[in-house]
Amino acid sequence: MSTVVEKPAPTPAPVPAPAAQSVSVRPSLRIPIILGVLALVALAVFGFGAKSGVDSTFGLSLRADAVQLSPLVVASRPTAIVLGVLCVAIAAFAFWQAVKHRRTPAWLLAVFGVLWVFAFLVWAVAGKATSLVDLLQGSLLLAVPLAFGAFGGVLCERAGVVNIAIEGQLLVGAFAAAVVASVTGNVYAGLLAAPVAGWLLGLLLALFTVKYAVNQIIVGVVLNVLAVGLTSFLFSAVLKPNAATLNTPPLMKPIGIPLLEKIPLLGPVLFDQTVIVYAMYVAVVVLTVLLFRTRWGLRVRAVGEHPEAADTVGIDVNRTRWRNVLAGSATAGFGGAFLTIGYVGQFGQEMSGGRGYIALAAMILGRWTPIGSLGAALLFGFATKLASALSVLGTPVPSQFMLMLPYVLTIFAVAGFVGRVRAPAASGVPYLKG
Amino acid sequence: MSTGNAMVTVLAFVLALVIGGVLIAAVDPDVTKAAGYFFSRPGDLLSAAWSAVASAYAALFRGAVFDYQADTFALAIRPLTETMTTATPLIIASLGVAVAFRAGLFNIGAQGQVILGAIVSGYIGFTYHLPAGVAVLLALLGGIAGGALWGGIAGVLKARTGAHEVIVTIMLNYVATNLLAWLLTTKAFIGTNGEPKSITVLPHAQLPLLFGSQFRVTWGFVIAILASVAVWWLMSRSRLGFQLRAVGSNPAASRTAGISVQRMTIYVMLISGALAGLAGAVQLLGTSKYITDGIAGTIGFDAITVALLGRSKPLGIFFAGLLYGGLSAGGRFMEVVTGTPIDIVLVLQALVVLFVAAPALVRTIFRIPAPSGELKGAAA
Repeated sequence: MSTVVEKPAPTPAPVPAPAAQSVSVRPSLRIPIILGVLALVALAVFGFGAKSGVDSTFGLSLRADAVQLSPLVVASRPTAIVLGVLCVAIAAFAFWQAVKHRRTPAWLLAVFGVLWVFAFLVWAVAGKATSLVDLLQGSLLLAVPLAFGAFGGVLCERAGVVNIAIEGQLLVGAFAAAVVASVTGNVYAGLLAAPVAGWLLGLLLALFTVKYAVNQIIVGVVLNVLAVGLTSFLFSAVLKPNAATLNTPPLMKPIGIPLLEKIPLLGPVLFDQTVIVYAMYVAVVVLTVLLFRTRWGLRVRAVGEHPEAADTVGIDVNRTRWRNVLAGSATAGFGGAFLTIGYVGQFGQEMSGGRGYIALAAMILGRWTPIGSLGAALLFGFATKLASALSVLGTPVPSQFMLMLPYVLTIFAVAGFVGRVRAPAASGVPYLKG
Repeated sequence: MSTGNAMVTVLAFVLALVIGGVLIAAVDPDVTKAAGYFFSRPGDLLSAAWSAVASAYAALFRGAVFDYQADTFALAIRPLTETMTTATPLIIASLGVAVAFRAGLFNIGAQGQVILGAIVSGYIGFTYHLPAGVAVLLALLGGIAGGALWGGIAGVLKARTGAHEVIVTIMLNYVATNLLAWLLTTKAFIGTNGEPKSITVLPHAQLPLLFGSQFRVTWGFVIAILASVAVWWLMSRSRLGFQLRAVGSNPAASRTAGISVQRMTIYVMLISGALAGLAGAVQLLGTSKYITDGIAGTIGFDAITVALLGRSKPLGIFFAGLLYGGLSAGGRFMEVVTGTPIDIVLVLQALVVLFVAAPALVRTIFRIPAPSGELKGAAA
């Protein structure tokens, strides 16, 4: 039946038994070794490789902020060396923990990541200045469509349907939001239209994958082509000649949250944003609770992991899949609205530009959880923002390599170098009762 | 079975053309005007719609196959040669995608492999001054190697770690895009060009024209035919092909029969990538002559849909590739003549593949009884 896609599930058969045993007896040194290599890079390249006698300057406030902080100025070489030494210390600690058969706590890994990135930044910005607030805010904004796309992917895949069509859903969402917001003159009408457009594409996805049991990846790929074709066609034929009435949407205005927006550094970054960004905060919490703390979530996950078992206990597998595909597609479509009315304004041909595929990667790197997806989306957003910031500064690493980072990380993640990721077991397999 | 399939394909195409026609009519200014007084004179709407659709599709045909309004025969036949030119890399790349399909793997990374093929063959083609014949051969081999390397990464990772090839190949597409963008800033590639455009491939490394200087068709088209035959032989006549298909239809049984599924996975991705790389090389050495960031166009992605439409069989792919090439070439012509945006072609292509992939839906729409024993949704 589904000859096209082989399961990504771990295959225990080819692994010889003795090797498997020795792995469980010997301490797993994979994470400490990775940390160690990274730490040495930080110390040798960023620390000792930094220009001596110059400063790295980080702006901490935007010009419009109420509270102005003076920029952070650090001596490049000593700071990078100190950060590198700290990284080495954490790596050594992780190594010691591993020898003692203890896991390195996750928060320590996060600290390592932050220190490492700062070492990199200090090295890259040596002798120059960059705005930290701008960097963080830019990362957050770039992450928004990725996060919604990834949430949409999580909803579908947890129910056992691969959603490659995220790209198309973002695109039709962006298109619908721009057109409806232009016609009505109301951004919130546009914001409502986006999920409807995503939902419509989801209708096709569900029809072909759930009802007609066509290979899910094929349908996803083709729906992306369809979305590009439809929006580009309508853009050239209708939107371009009538740009003034159909493609000049109002932009969403940031709404500051009282008190919270006054927090130095983080306030303006996190709490002076548009409704879509706040919706992202809400969505990650709601989805996490729904998927992992409610009966509905348990059923959805059962359908995604073992549809036969779910069917046996009376869950309607295909109805669950229909609902989740529609909900997930609408979520991704909602995220598409950000591309137009939340960020750029006008709709442009193929403006999703591969973000849907990055969202897919974020979902995988986030291990099919909403929180993880958000984290990965932020990471990808940060890499993209950093690449553009560094290309302006003209720093040693070509910006193209920075832009590669999310993709390389994802490859490492699915290959099991950065912890093992496992898809819902029935993801990609049509369920035919009988 | 096969006659049923052929009918579904034809009906799928008809359905796609009908939906495309509705779209073309819906955005036509004359039609919209006539729709304003629909209830007083409904005939106007119909005739306006008919003329909009008919002129668009007529232009599509004239741009893709035969321009019956041209002055000379050479000009009249030129569209067909343009179709062949556009189809050449498509056919080769989608043969690669199809080999992977048949072995149960989904190579979405043809795009990246095409890029790598173009990069390597281009570098050989504009760097080394070699005698005629040797130069073009080496450049083609370089393209094959580049594509095979990129596909091989996905194959090895899948075989060794179980990393899903769909994800890995999608990611490798973006790595390849960025790699190319970077290379187009280096001196080795752009030489003294001030823009991201590589040095032009040396004349000895270019593929010669097939029908003289009036037409753009190169020997690449012959390579596409040869590749189709080679893939047919590989998949239908060779021992390796049998093993590949066995793994594709039942990995567990193949393993029991003594076929190494892991080794086959690596072979498949190497072959698949090699073909995509060859497509990139042919596109560069034959048509483009120099590398830009758009060298791969959408060849790699179109190759997936062509492979689906051709049902992963070499002959089917050859014709599906020509059909796609025709739609692209005709679409460009249509855009110039009638102003219908070329993007309608994408809609047509997507719809055809969707309908072909879901024969049950087509049967429902046309109320054709399902042939007994046919599996639902057997797409590849």
